[in-house]
Amino acid sequence: MHELAVCQALIGQVTDVAQDNKASTVSDIYVSVGPLSGVEAPLLQNAFPIAAAGTIANAATLHLDATPIRVHCEECGAESEVKMNRLTCKECGDWRTTLLSGDELLLQRVVLGEINV
Amino acid sequence: MCDTCGCNVTPAADDHAVEVLQGLLAANDHEALHNREHFSRHNVLAINLMSSPGAGKTSLLEATIEALGTDLRIAVVEGDLETENDANRIRKKGVPAIQISTGSACHLDAHMVHHALHELDLDDVDVVFIENVGNLVCPASFDLGQHINVALLSTPEGDDKPAKYPVMFRAADLVLITKSDLLEVLDDFDPVAAEGYVRQIANPAPLYNVSAKTGAGMDAWLDWIRSEAGSRA
Repeated sequence: MHELAVCQALIGQVTDVAQDNKASTVSDIYVSVGPLSGVEAPLLQNAFPIAAAGTIANAATLHLDATPIRVHCEECGAESEVKMNRLTCKECGDWRTTLLSGDELLLQRVVLGEINV
Repeated sequence: MCDTCGCNVTPAADDHAVEVLQGLLAANDHEALHNREHFSRHNVLAINLMSSPGAGKTSLLEATIEALGTDLRIAVVEGDLETENDANRIRKKGVPAIQISTGSACHLDAHMVHHALHELDLDDVDVVFIENVGNLVCPASFDLGQHINVALLSTPEGDDKPAKYPVMFRAADLVLITKSDLLEVLDDFDPVAAEGYVRQIANPAPLYNVSAKTGAGMDAWLDWIRSEAGSRA
């Protein structure tokens, strides 16, 4: 259950963004999570209220965007959407593929509430 | 663009939205980079050992230390939940072991390793092994500053572990099939199948069968360490 540690890191980043922009609240947080990041989206969602309690993100909503796993085949050049434990090319079956997406764990966007000018 | 001063943050035009596009583990990754530079500056090879509990990380280290003898100077950073048992086993072999007691934490992170390195004089070391917490899930997400990841898969666990824990085994630069002395009595572990599961997750990592108990297969592993350490010295 490392999702709490990941969520605490997220809150740290969101707090920095809010402070840099002189915001006193945060309303929405957008994160993309790929299955190969090693972080389970539902567990991250569950950990969020615990990590956010007492912080500037206390009332924020966490939006998780699950990115698909896509690979590029080094042999035939095809691109396929695949399962996390089968990263082989769907066209020719070769295992020599490179990952195009699916391992992201990225803070995309923060929507701030009140800005103190 | 950096992660510290906020210059990577660009305010959006309306509704106070800020595009960030930063990895959630940026702070850990930053510290891991610092650790890696520290190792490299001292020409030290850092190897992160990951496996499930009981796969034989400490036994492998004991046998490795013994077999390498004075060839390479080794130090170990030990991640252990509550005890110093593993660190004490390593110290008995005459090499420094720094214990990180993780309590109930399920993984090591770069910050913990950074602290452990304060207690280690890298001038007297060629290879640092970081024995991660026994866990096939959480450690895979945290860069510690190692140069190389080694994943252990012990024969009683079953040959399909790479398919069950793809994030961990995808990160492995080398897979050691440990307790290989049990292969003759385990009819449900096929090393060829294990290799197939590693290739299915697009990982070209070599797999070696080793037994810390009998010493079988240890030569290939030791040669691999010597070669990796030599390329960094």
